[in-house]
Amino acid sequence: MVANEFWAEGEPVVDKAAPDGPVETRWERRKFSAKLVNPANRRKLTVIVVGTGLAGGSAAATLAEAGYRVKSYCYQDSPRRAHSIAAQGGINAAKNYRNDGDSVYRLFYDTVKGGDFRARESNVYRLAQVSVNIIDQCVAQGVPFAREYGGLLDNRSFGGTQVSRTFYARGQTGQQLLLGAYQAMERQIGLGNIEMNARHEMLELIIVDGKARGIVVRDMVTGEITTEFADAVVLASGGYGNVFFLSTNAKGCNVTASWRAHRKGALFANPCYTQIHPTCIPESGSHQSKLTLMSESLRNDGRVWVPKRAEDCQKPAGEIAEEDRDYYLERIYPSFGNLVPRDIASRAAKNVCDEGRGVGPGGLGVYLDFADAIKRLGRKAVEAKYGNLFEMYERITGEDPYETPMRIYPAVHYTMGGLWVDYDLQSTIEGLFVVGEANFSDHGANRLGASALMQGLADGYFVLPNTISNYLANGPFPAVSETDAPVVEARKEVEDRIAKFLSIDGDRTVDSFHRELGQIMWEYCGMERTEEGLTKAIGLIRALKEEFWTRVKVPGKGEELNQNLEKAGRVADFLELGELMCIDALHRRESCGGHFRAESQTSDGEALRHDDEFGYAAAWEYFGADGKPTLHKEDLNFEYVHPSTRSYK
Amino acid sequence: MDIKVRVWRQSGPTAGGKMVTYDVKGISPDASFLEMIDVLNETLILNGDDPIAFDHDCREGICGACSMVINGVAHGPEKATTTCQLHMRKFKDGDVIDVEPWRAAAFPVIKDLVVDRSAFDKIIQAGGYITAPTGTAPDAHAAPVPKKDADAAFEAATCIGCGACVAACPNGSSMLFTAAKIAHLGLMPQGQPERDSRVIDMLQAQDDAGFGGCTNAGECTTVCPKGIPLSLIGRLNSDYRKAISKR
Repeated sequence: MVANEFWAEGEPVVDKAAPDGPVETRWERRKFSAKLVNPANRRKLTVIVVGTGLAGGSAAATLAEAGYRVKSYCYQDSPRRAHSIAAQGGINAAKNYRNDGDSVYRLFYDTVKGGDFRARESNVYRLAQVSVNIIDQCVAQGVPFAREYGGLLDNRSFGGTQVSRTFYARGQTGQQLLLGAYQAMERQIGLGNIEMNARHEMLELIIVDGKARGIVVRDMVTGEITTEFADAVVLASGGYGNVFFLSTNAKGCNVTASWRAHRKGALFANPCYTQIHPTCIPESGSHQSKLTLMSESLRNDGRVWVPKRAEDCQKPAGEIAEEDRDYYLERIYPSFGNLVPRDIASRAAKNVCDEGRGVGPGGLGVYLDFADAIKRLGRKAVEAKYGNLFEMYERITGEDPYETPMRIYPAVHYTMGGLWVDYDLQSTIEGLFVVGEANFSDHGANRLGASALMQGLADGYFVLPNTISNYLANGPFPAVSETDAPVVEARKEVEDRIAKFLSIDGDRTVDSFHRELGQIMWEYCGMERTEEGLTKAIGLIRALKEEFWTRVKVPGKGEELNQNLEKAGRVADFLELGELMCIDALHRRESCGGHFRAESQTSDGEALRHDDEFGYAAAWEYFGADGKPTLHKEDLNFEYVHPSTRSYK
Repeated sequence: MDIKVRVWRQSGPTAGGKMVTYDVKGISPDASFLEMIDVLNETLILNGDDPIAFDHDCREGICGACSMVINGVAHGPEKATTTCQLHMRKFKDGDVIDVEPWRAAAFPVIKDLVVDRSAFDKIIQAGGYITAPTGTAPDAHAAPVPKKDADAAFEAATCIGCGACVAACPNGSSMLFTAAKIAHLGLMPQGQPERDSRVIDMLQAQDDAGFGGCTNAGECTTVCPKGIPLSLIGRLNSDYRKAISKR
């Protein structure tokens, strides 16, 4: 078979930390069985946390509050700028404040189903359980959630669910939640419990005696390379959507921390599961540097349509009569309508554009129309709900969405894959924990709206602080020194790589390679994937990688603020990740969640899973000497939510 | 569009700086201001010149990283808009555009347009939080918050910590930034126990960090991309008077 050219298969991977028994009590029992660290001993233990978004910020603050010594790192100039800040829509929690039939079990059920049966039941149940604590915690910190006139918290509904369980702060929920975690962190920094290192980038993991014991970092202002030691390392470094160059991620988001750990032995799971968000502002030209998401909460009141006839696409929207419009989501999915999950909404948009019925430049857009909502609720009510999003749209496009319908198109937004972790959020490297979007754990093949903020904060506030103690109880571990062989070696790898980047002095910029990689990924490993396309992509990426290492031009020196040097390191890692993503997508000959294989669809074009063959998480070991990554399967068992075909019709 | 940009170039924190003029040709009016700088930087790199260093990240107007003084105005000519959300359609063909870093004693230049804003974090460390260690929270509905207070707190909490207020202030004062956090937390019932110590400690921290005093010039609110109103500084002063009178 063609596939074996590209990968090898190894032993299955088993989650040894997973508790059994009734799902409702697994988390309680795991917490009880986990070893604890006496409060007086915690100050003898140091934890490194890389990243200060919702997961990293909340973890750093909580670990410091518990009494551990925390060293925190972020590439931004302040921990407050981590990309969680840009999340708009909201955060789910099974509070059932609406009395609409919600429960922990229903959130669990929706998330397992929404993830297309590719997530672990134990993890997802725990996520649903702690979701309620997150809201309590955030309110106590002063997060200004939207409230009703009686003073109680407001909720809204979100794509893929039929209850209102999403808490929000206008269209800036991520910002407000992150500022809550940031402020808790700053309090601990002020108290001397967290050593904060902003504008520092992790470039290598240090493993001593099989345990993660530190990181090599570069001070992005001076260029100084230092080695930092701890008893455990936590990666909270976010997702890898920027492998596509154009995505809704911040420009600095990168896979380097995760990829360095992967190269050192941490398995990388389900890299092909990427989420393409249906409601982003379309591209405007070749200068495009990133894409901007419009919260999918807009789909609560906006109606998605394209002209029924391709020849109407060039007309202004207002000149297309009601009967000539195709509200295709409402037509194809009458029970969920405009609120179908993200993967379905995205692919439906691609399909109508492929039929030649797209609108706007290049025909790559569909309308999101608020005319009915404005008629029904009044302009003021629409403004109160979505005002800032409408303003954002107008600033970027120069068009007023109160007057003409928005144009939207799907864009890469989130990555469900990530470093493989067990129930304790520990990777396959002892002492290396991974939280938030950087891990692979809770969303399966597709993430529901408003669940990223929930998972990031669940991991950081409530899960990791309880599970990491089980590991730290074995410490403090023997002191590590600058002169230990693995430390010297890790440092040298970083220095050599930087020297290499600076010495190539070729004729192409880092960005030009990144853009080209992104085009390959979007074309062949985007919304729809085929065996032929993926095979081609792997060849293209390999050739591009070779070209990168001979033709890239990185100006300046290592010992200064050098933004192109930073980018070069990130793009070099994206080039390797891109290849693995294509191999993962190639090996998974089924459609599930964010991964749609054209060869695996029903007669009416819906995704077709193959549970018997692919009901596992694919955890990859780094490319060996033969250049092939090794696949380790983790079987997924569904005792509570039995795999069924997702139907939103 | 063909334009010229005159950009502040400074190779390091202690180096001298100067304005350098560059031609940027054929830029699309739909490009963002930062995309225009990206295009320029690609040319500089291939010509063997040092590209312009600038802070940016989300490019959605929310992370607060971008920070350019454009034609003498922090974040440029468009009201309530960060540098990253400014688009070239706001300029004309043939324009000459000045681009400088934030300039304030408390925000030293690191390189070109990149400044050190860690002094803002110091102000938050001094009291810009509600003490609520993880696990201690009561049910979220235990204490209702009147909608008007919650909404007002939210408005104040939309500050993105970019520092435009400081850059625009003739005194280099951070009063609007501090006032926004004081108002956000002081408007919520959860924020009351630390209300007095918060305002005293945060004001002390901003003095210690080298920010200037507030003389109600009002330049801050004019450039604020999130429209934080000047009235919050009045609120801060009122809180401060009450707090010190209790000491």
